[in-house]
This record gives sequence, C-alpha cells and structure tokens, in this order.
Amino acid sequence: MAAGPEASHRVPLRLLSILAFLALWAGAAALADSPEVPGPLAVAAFVAAEAASGELFYHLAVTLARVAAAFLIAMGVGTAIGMLMGQHRDLNRLLDPWVILMINMPALVVIVLCYIWIGLTEAAAITAVALNKIPNVVVTLREGARALDPKLMEMAAVFRFSRARLLRHVILPQLFPFIAAAGRSGLALIWKIVLVVELLGRSNGVGFQIHLYFQLFDVAAILGYALAFVSVMLLIEFVVVQPLETHLNRWRPGPATRPA
Amino acid sequence: MKPISTAGGPAQPPGRLRVQIDSKAFRSADGAATEVLRDIDFTLEPETFTCLIGPSGCGKTTTLRIILGLDRDFTGQVERAPQRPRMAAVFQEPRLLPWRTVEQNVRLALPAQEKKPQETPAGAPNLDALFGALGLQEMRERFPAELSLGLERRVALARAFAVMPDILLLDEPFVSLDEHTADRLRALLIELWQARRTTVLMVTHNVREAARLADRLLLMNGRPARLVGDVTVPVARSQRGGETLRHFLAELAAAHPETILA
Repeated sequence: MAAGPEASHRVPLRLLSILAFLALWAGAAALADSPEVPGPLAVAAFVAAEAASGELFYHLAVTLARVAAAFLIAMGVGTAIGMLMGQHRDLNRLLDPWVILMINMPALVVIVLCYIWIGLTEAAAITAVALNKIPNVVVTLREGARALDPKLMEMAAVFRFSRARLLRHVILPQLFPFIAAAGRSGLALIWKIVLVVELLGRSNGVGFQIHLYFQLFDVAAILGYALAFVSVMLLIEFVVVQPLETHLNRWRPGPATRPA
Repeated sequence: MKPISTAGGPAQPPGRLRVQIDSKAFRSADGAATEVLRDIDFTLEPETFTCLIGPSGCGKTTTLRIILGLDRDFTGQVERAPQRPRMAAVFQEPRLLPWRTVEQNVRLALPAQEKKPQETPAGAPNLDALFGALGLQEMRERFPAELSLGLERRVALARAFAVMPDILLLDEPFVSLDEHTADRLRALLIELWQARRTTVLMVTHNVREAARLADRLLLMNGRPARLVGDVTVPVARSQRGGETLRHFLAELAAAHPETILA
C-alpha cells in the first residue's frame, strides 16, 4: 500500500536477492548431488504434491491455530502483567525475580514439564508456548508502562476520563510501539517453539510432520514444510501487521509513518 | 437568563471555590522537606475572573495542581461548590493526545452523555461555534503534530471551554507565544468567558496580562510563598487599553515591588 518512490526501486533489489539465494542453493545442491541436499525444484515439487493432497494445508492450519492461540494468550497476559509491574513499584519488586527465572528457563524444560503435569493435550501445548513468551512481553511492556506520560494522565484525570476512555485513548496508544515490538519478536519466537511442542507431544502440525520426515531422512519434505510456513508468516507480516502499523501510526509526522 | 439552581437559599450559580492551604512541602531525594506554600487562603466567587500572580517558581502551579486535585499531599482543604464541580484546565503545555485529531481531542474531554453538540443555555457555544470562534474550523481533522504551538494552545482552550466548566483553571496558557498571537488568544479567552460565565483562576507571572484580563489579582511571594496582596482591578474591562491601566499598574508596582517587579 505505501508505495513511495523508495518502495518502487527497493522491489528489484529484493527480487534480485531472492533469485541469488535460489541460484546459490541450486548450485550447492547440484554440487552435492545427494538426496540429503535437495535443490529448490525438488522442494517445490514436494510442496506442490503435499498441497495437492491437502496434507500441507491441514498441518499449516493446525500449527497456525496454535501459534495464534499462544500468541494472543501471551500478549494479553504479558501486557496486563507488564503494565501493572511498570506502574506499581512494589508489585515489580515482588514479581521481578519470577520474571527473571522464567525468562532464563529453557523452552524445552517448560514444554516437558507442561506435558508431564498437564498431560499430552492441546492445552498443555499452548500453555507451554505461552509461558515461554510471556516473560518477554512482560519485560517490554513494563518499559512501556514506565514511559507513560504523566502529563497526559493528569489531563485525563482533570477531564474525568472514564477507565475505558483512559485505556483506549490515552494508555494504549502510548503502549502501542511496545506492544508492536513485543508482537514482532513474539510471533517469530512463538512459531519456532510451537514446532518443538508439536514434535514432542502432538500428532499433527508442521512440527509433527518435520519429526516424521526426519525419521525418514526426507530433507526435501523438511525444507518444504519450513519454507511453506515461513511464507505464511511473511504473508501475515505484509497483509496484517504492516498495514495495521501504518494505520495506527498515521498521526506521526514524517518518516515514522513508514513501516519499519 | 442564567440557569437558576434550585438548591435552597438564593439563586447561586455554581463554581464557588474556597482554597485553604495551611502548608505544602516537597520532599527532595535526600529526604529533606522544603515548605513551598503556607497559609494560602482565598475564596473565588462564581463567575469571577481571578489571576494568581507571582515570580517564577514561587508555587503558583503547585497551588493550581492542589485545586485540580492532582496533588493531595498538603495540609488544608479545598472546598468546591457544588461538591464535584465540572472543572477544566488549560495547562502550560497544550497536553493534547497526539494520536487523536483536534476534534476527537475536544470531544474526548466531554462528559460521556454529551458527546453530541447539544442545546445549550443562554447562547453558550456548541462545538461549531466554539471551533469557529477559535478559528479551528478547518483544523478539526488535523492531528496535533500538524499544528503550530499557537494552534495547539487554541485547541487546549477549545477543549476546556467545550466541557462548560463551573471552574476553569489556566496555568500560563500563553507563554512562549509571540505577543501578537498571545493577544489574540487573550481576547478570545475573554470573549468565551463572557459568553459562558464560569469561575476562572489563571496563573501567570505577566502582570500586564493579568491586569488586562482579571477582575481580581492575588499576589503571591516569599519562601514559603504566601498571599501578599489581594487587589481588585478598578478599571472597567472596556477601558483597559491605555493610560488608566498604566496608572493602575504603576500603583500596583509601588505597593508590591517585590512581587510585581520580580
């Protein structure tokens, strides 16, 4: 949508970069000449066959649903806790050690413990992923809550803004850059963890498929699934995230309007 | 005709304000308390325009913040009539929400049930008239970052008047504007205040400005600051251009040199 003069001459460069990558890959595959290093064509053929059978879309959809659920839970819970910790110093002192503990807990440990304690269920899978992401959201949003402008809060107090109005028109717009930052890094982190969760304890989804093809040593399939899912995430970035960001930043004068 | 309040006794328009600050202290980082205000005691009658004058840093803004209820850490009390009067403030900075348009900024300040322009008593401005009077008609859809400081200050004035406050507090609303723009905004302020009578307390260190606008001047000075003068401006508002006002200012300066000439 935002097609400035820069955007138009950025496109060929990007295209060139992608073509160069494919050429490099094809060359390396030709040199290796082994089923363990399939070329782009072999991977594309697998993706096409898997798409035709419907398998690809089923597993993509399952994984995407898990990503979405974990993402929404992590963002919601993390934002709420982060805001409270940013605004109440005592609560921050109380919860800070827990946040540090959780942020340093290996993802694998959280996943395994969730499966053991909750069982091999969907709830356990999503809880595990959300728990891995929540501390990051908390830390980012805590900074956001600390940066809230007291002058605007006073203005809102004088004019007796209701709680809802305060949240929607005064607080959330100030937190938006922090929510966006947490969301950006969150989406990438979450889908990677979702794959691990699927590999360890689910019987469908991209992670499960990769596990399956790992046992078969089918590298074309592994790369096919990975690339298919990366494409989906890119699509979300361009179709949802960037237009949304442009809309929410429309009041900013100058270069900040451009999606980063 | 003014609206008549039915609560017993003679018809009394709302917006009476009694301020009694026995003491207000700030605590610095090392724990030492500095008293900034002592024995500030005054009453504002409804529909009057009062200016609080004093040198920079003497505690005028602190007094205003106490009245607004933004600072509750003081000894004394603020009595408002009615109990919860509708208050509005124009701060030193415009304090607009940068992510909302000019019109949204004004409408958001309105009480929830009065988001639409409504029938208003005695020709008080609805939003069209208000935006028109302040020259903001063309700016309604703009964002604050697209406006000059002078325009932003006008939006802040529009927001304060839109809520039809019983009590309006202004904290040096015209500083850092060029004299021409400031003068136009002063004239607009008086126009708006005369159209919709409300109790006004304006903080300023500009004595000329105060003498031009106010019915009454409260002078503040000292450390801790106290009220050192309470002067009624004896000149009719229409005659405050020339010699009479200069004469009054000279008398005022002679009576309170340490406050007026500071």
